Amino acid sequence: MKSGFLAKNPSVLWFLLLLAVFTLGVTFLSHAYGPGAISTSMVKTLGKTLCLCLIAIAMDLVWGYTGILSLGHFAFFGLGGYMIGMWLMYERTRDIVLKSAGEFPMTPQEVNDAIGTQIFGVVGGSDLPAIWTFAGNLPMQLLFVVLVPGLLALIFGWLAFRSRVTGVYLSILTQAMTLALSLYLFQNESGLRGNNGLSGLQNIPGVSAGQDHLSIWFLWASALALGLGYIAASLIVSGKFGSVIRGIRDDEARVRFLGYSVEGYKLFVFTLTAVIAAIAGALYYPQAGIINPGEMAPIASIYLAVWVAIGGRGRLYGAVMGAAFVFIVSSWFTGGRVPDLPLGFYTIDWVDWWQVLLGLAFVLVTLFAPKGLSGLIDLFEGIRRPNRHGAPLGPDKGSFREEEAQE
Amino acid sequence: MNVAIKPGAGSQTLLEVSGISVSFDGFKAINNLSFNIGPTELRAVIGPNGAGKTTFMDIVTGKTRPDEGSVLWGESSTNLLRLNEAKIARIGIGRKFQKPTVFEDQTVTENLMMALKANRSPFAVLGWKAGDADRARVEEIAAQVGLADQLPRKSGELSHGQKQWLEIGMLLAQEPKLLLVDEPAAGMTLAEREQTTALLVDLARDHAVVVVEHDMEFVRRLNCKVTVLHEGSVLAEGSLDHVTADKRVIEVYLGR
Repeated sequence: MKSGFLAKNPSVLWFLLLLAVFTLGVTFLSHAYGPGAISTSMVKTLGKTLCLCLIAIAMDLVWGYTGILSLGHFAFFGLGGYMIGMWLMYERTRDIVLKSAGEFPMTPQEVNDAIGTQIFGVVGGSDLPAIWTFAGNLPMQLLFVVLVPGLLALIFGWLAFRSRVTGVYLSILTQAMTLALSLYLFQNESGLRGNNGLSGLQNIPGVSAGQDHLSIWFLWASALALGLGYIAASLIVSGKFGSVIRGIRDDEARVRFLGYSVEGYKLFVFTLTAVIAAIAGALYYPQAGIINPGEMAPIASIYLAVWVAIGGRGRLYGAVMGAAFVFIVSSWFTGGRVPDLPLGFYTIDWVDWWQVLLGLAFVLVTLFAPKGLSGLIDLFEGIRRPNRHGAPLGPDKGSFREEEAQE
Repeated sequence: MNVAIKPGAGSQTLLEVSGISVSFDGFKAINNLSFNIGPTELRAVIGPNGAGKTTFMDIVTGKTRPDEGSVLWGESSTNLLRLNEAKIARIGIGRKFQKPTVFEDQTVTENLMMALKANRSPFAVLGWKAGDADRARVEEIAAQVGLADQLPRKSGELSHGQKQWLEIGMLLAQEPKLLLVDEPAAGMTLAEREQTTALLVDLARDHAVVVVEHDMEFVRRLNCKVTVLHEGSVLAEGSLDHVTADKRVIEVYLGR
């Protein structure tokens, strides 16, 4: 059956091949394992890109396939980052505390207090809040990476889908969720250092290797997660489950009359993609080094939708292409290495104007290339779409339009 | 062996709708409507536009909640008003819509596989693989509705009549006990209409079938009991000749 699945989804093999070539290529051009043609910061940018590709896959599952335009998936991404960040920060601070104590013996209580002072001194506190109870326990925090965002998505989704909130109202609700979470975390009382966030996450406790090597290890971990995520997502969308969720996207009332519990399916996909987003976040932030509540601002989740739209929703490689393309181009533009464009009367500084360019690209793609960047692959393959004279493929708000469907 | 059956209902009633009313913004779409159908019966429902035919189907399938009345199902007299659309569909009520609604972005096979009777829970569906029996059943249904050579095509490419057939095929795949069929013959050629009639009559041998139809010729060919709806309640019931002879029916429906 495995060969049948790959034969029917040639894009999976191509994707895994490209991902492997990319990862190996970067590794052997890096400082750690090669001549150093790619700087360590560039390796980190590429590793982070892979994590963003993973959350884009999650977004494509929930929006492109199921038709739920969630504008809150970065909340789960950020929460995943916070959960792993707590362990990273706690363990590293403990190392520092123990080192500074030297030969002087400390009781566990004293160690704990010293860690609390170290971490929370910046917000004028010294006690470790209750949510840090398991911060020193890596398996527990790894479990929380999946559990905390998963539970939040489950409860939020249950409330929203049960009342049959759909379309733009659901999008607004998800925006409200990510905004509320972000505002809550901005408060010092929330126990996660308020607007300072968690920092120093690039240092992995107990690992003596330098950032050159660490960056490559994280690149590999991110590539592995992305590869597995891609395979899992392809398996989900290729079978009958995929049929049902695409049915929900195009005409959810019809799916109900076939006997499928639409709410149950939506909740399933919403929670699953929240967990995928959280895993992506847990891999992203150790490479970014810092996380603060600003990462969960409503705009972040909107960008996610833009990436998927630019790449082409409703196909997994489209989501990956969109996220990779936009993030790499944006890093390039905002990195200050692009020469300014003098117009005589005005000089275009790309760091500021890049977002205008992105917005324009989004509008243009929506208007003229609804299949996005991945439409280029169709062009290459010579795939033509049937002409249905512009009729939409379903009555629901998230449904596919003819221009997006492929033969 | 079961006893808790209301007097008069008898064990020969599959669906018992009694005294339902529903109004939208003060307009009474259904007014104290009662309707029974047995487990193997073909019934045509006719009536002028706005008579409440579609609202009636919406109530039975759980899309609309009536303000009063009861809808009971099967030998155990399950109260359908307590169930949602998906549960009602799983209990054995299938519906074909007036406008053909198939999943246009998916192939004929995918449409039929989705409708095929099977466990509907997300976890079961996630691990589901089409077995030989499932594929054979899909091919059998496709042959029955004349789409055997269209299986790999996207259903959006089918003609209007073929979409109607596909939707009937999906209805068959669900293996319902009661089929609610809204204007099955719309957009079909004469030959296709005759085929549809034959299929519906055949189905009624072991299913309950309710057909809503405007076309009198089509109803005549079904040769079954007819219920005439008007302003949300039953105006007349009986054979087609009987109801068409009824003065009130002529006045509100046929006379115009």
